[in-house]
Amino acid sequence: MTALAVRRRRAGGADFLPPLVVFVAVLVLWEVSFTILAVPVFLIPRPSVIWGSLQSEFPTLWKGVQYTASEALGGLAVGVVLGTLAGLAASRWATAQQTLVPLGTAMSAVPIIALAPIMINWFGFESQMPRVAIVGLMTFFPVMVNTVRGLTSVDPAALELMASYAASEGDVLRRLRVPSALPYWFVALRIAVTLAVIGAVVGEFFGGPRYAIGIYVTDSAGNFRFENAWAAIVMACVLGIVLYLAAVALERLAMPWQHRREAAGAE
Amino acid sequence: MAAMDEQAASSGKPVVRVAGVSKTFGDDGARVTALEGIDLAIQSGEFVSLIGPSGCGKSTLLRLIGDLTSPTTGSIEVNGKPARQGRLDRDYGMVFQAPVLMDWRTIAKNIELPLEIMGWKPADRASRSAELLKLVELEGFEGRHPWQLSGGMQQRVAIARALAFGPKLLLMDEPFGALDEMTRERMNLELMRIWGRTQTTVVFVTHSIPEAVFLSTRVVVMSARPGRVAKVVDIDLPQPRTVETRETERYFELVTEVREALRQRGGDPTAEPVAAERIRAEGLA
Amino acid sequence: MTAAAPAIAAPRAAPAGTGRLRVALAWVAIVLAILLVWEGAKWLFGDPWRIHASLLGVPIDIEHDPPLHAYIATDLALPHVWTILGAFVEPAQRNGAPLGVILAGQALATFREALIGFTVGGLLGLLLGIGFVHSRLAERAFVPYVVASQTVPILAISPLIVVATKAGWVSVAIVSAYLTFFPVTIAALRGLRAADPRAFELMRSYAAGRLPVLWKLRLPTSVPYLFSALRVAAASAVIGAIIGELPSGIPDGLGSALLNYNQYYTQGPERLWATIVMCSILGLTFVGLIRLAENLLTRNRYRPAAAS
Repeated sequence: MTALAVRRRRAGGADFLPPLVVFVAVLVLWEVSFTILAVPVFLIPRPSVIWGSLQSEFPTLWKGVQYTASEALGGLAVGVVLGTLAGLAASRWATAQQTLVPLGTAMSAVPIIALAPIMINWFGFESQMPRVAIVGLMTFFPVMVNTVRGLTSVDPAALELMASYAASEGDVLRRLRVPSALPYWFVALRIAVTLAVIGAVVGEFFGGPRYAIGIYVTDSAGNFRFENAWAAIVMACVLGIVLYLAAVALERLAMPWQHRREAAGAE
Repeated sequence: MAAMDEQAASSGKPVVRVAGVSKTFGDDGARVTALEGIDLAIQSGEFVSLIGPSGCGKSTLLRLIGDLTSPTTGSIEVNGKPARQGRLDRDYGMVFQAPVLMDWRTIAKNIELPLEIMGWKPADRASRSAELLKLVELEGFEGRHPWQLSGGMQQRVAIARALAFGPKLLLMDEPFGALDEMTRERMNLELMRIWGRTQTTVVFVTHSIPEAVFLSTRVVVMSARPGRVAKVVDIDLPQPRTVETRETERYFELVTEVREALRQRGGDPTAEPVAAERIRAEGLA
Repeated sequence: MTAAAPAIAAPRAAPAGTGRLRVALAWVAIVLAILLVWEGAKWLFGDPWRIHASLLGVPIDIEHDPPLHAYIATDLALPHVWTILGAFVEPAQRNGAPLGVILAGQALATFREALIGFTVGGLLGLLLGIGFVHSRLAERAFVPYVVASQTVPILAISPLIVVATKAGWVSVAIVSAYLTFFPVTIAALRGLRAADPRAFELMRSYAAGRLPVLWKLRLPTSVPYLFSALRVAAASAVIGAIIGELPSGIPDGLGSALLNYNQYYTQGPERLWATIVMCSILGLTFVGLIRLAENLLTRNRYRPAAAS
């Protein structure tokens, strides 16, 4: 291990000091300055004002976050499960890989959110299904592509090893491909989690109940109650961060070796 | 060749019999003949090294024996069965040049991999892997992960794994090729110790003349373009092989004999690495 | 896997030669499958079919009453594929230009906004990457925020950005830039450090300063990584531009087209679908252009698998 890494180890908690310093500095600057980049202050209120708004509007915001979160999680469940299954199936045939993987990658260029108005037309204005469907679609493709990549990016020597054991396809899948694929799958999970929150919130732009985060933001902005809009945005950010950290925690749980190995190898 | 036939006749069924084997790679445009007219019989308990210049097909031959690829003509028998059956019956263990360990498994679990595939019970697997760790002198490392071990140690784990289910035949493809000279010499001694304890038959591919002479009971010298058996040298050094063996006169004589055989028939094994097509033709040799 | 062996993709079937034909056939099969499901659903669950037309002088009369009914399959919710395709050549307004032409113009407008944002975001990402590579302290201080920035649903903030900047297309460009800079920063961080440590030592042995090392070693090594991120960013930039246009009231772009044809959905559902198709074409075209640029710029160079 290099000297730098050794020093880092000893410093331990001091690793989060620089970001913390930045955070506090930005908050303080924001609070004390009255004009930021010639943008009227009422558009980007001071942190204290946003905080006040968070407190006063909390009941509504909390309801909204739950509503939006349920859409994000529901769509995530659908997209991740289906994407993984599709990836497992596709990895079995080379032709499937060569078509579905480029297709999946191409789908990331398609603005799936643009289907929201049509989904609302299908499922109705009151339903959460439009957002769930959108999130499901958005998360399906990255998960499928990465699952296929992970399952097929296996060391040929390891495949020969398994052949020398006359291992069955099932054995090879269970003991070799799936563990190899886990890092890729978790990368896709992180991507999917961020997409889910965005999909749910933006999907709500096109319609939904008053307290849903997306509607709340546009409504508040429209009524010039910007501190409320920002409060809602903060809630959305928190939701996103919580889900992201949950994905990271899940990754640490499933692959306890990965973290230590990356630390050892990243010199 | 005559001496070999005599030997085959006297000691019963060979563990490995290669008859009239040839192997060509590629299609009509760029056909490469990796092996031609290979005849070989390996008896139980032997340690046979295959040595030759790059492109002589030694790795291909090893993989043919292991049924990881099929011959174009000829037949290969392992324990009297076709090579394919030998693989399905798990008659051999294989060690590659890279350790090919699974990062997400501990050392113990890595050794247990073939046993899991064969359906051994957990308690049996655990005791077997402990036994093998003792054999390769890596006790205490069962809970570690591959990246925490040095290259030499990883190869020892790979050898332990290859011996896990107690095969009577061990196929080794330049297992110490990636190691430095001193580690390699130490590993050679290790291997001799293990071989003495387990009484396995070993087919060993190597680039190193000293290594081949030190380890083997017979050295098969191969020539390239196309790959053929050029000469078989009987190594009559006493067992067990020790550090002192390397300093005997007979050892140096044999090393010279092998080196001469290489120079005459197929070039210097210490020649430059060859171009990509040749390596591909050898099948990742 | 441990030590030297690289991870090489190992698909489990056909060799390259026959593969091409199979892949082409598979694509055809996929398109056919989609068409089949689409029209099949309409056949079973949709509105009654009445096709009275002539194809190459042969009259076609199809009348069909679907046995079941589901709203999703009706002509309003799921127009026929040919209706959507036909919408491109029909005029959107009385005596106006064909919808396809109008949409193309709007796509171009959106593309310009996305391109500006993309370029700004890309440069910003690269600069940040270079900055972080040369200052560990800056990296430790700011990279968490770079990562956190992507959990912020920028698209949720876009209404506010729109009102804040007042000039419509700037807000859209800001959204695109925001979505671009993150993947580029991360890729730059990886790519600028990706060169063999021995190459760095070589530069040190020449007593090369930071700038030459950056110019001659780090940047060239980072090119594959950057392009891989740029492909992703291109897609995000287009989507960001389209969605960013929604609250902005910009009349020119595809976002406003979406809003417009959504408002008048019942009078012509196929137009909204056609707009969505055009959005997809725009996204795919932009990504395709980036790929083209990448192929041209890295024609005979080593492309590490780790970069993509």
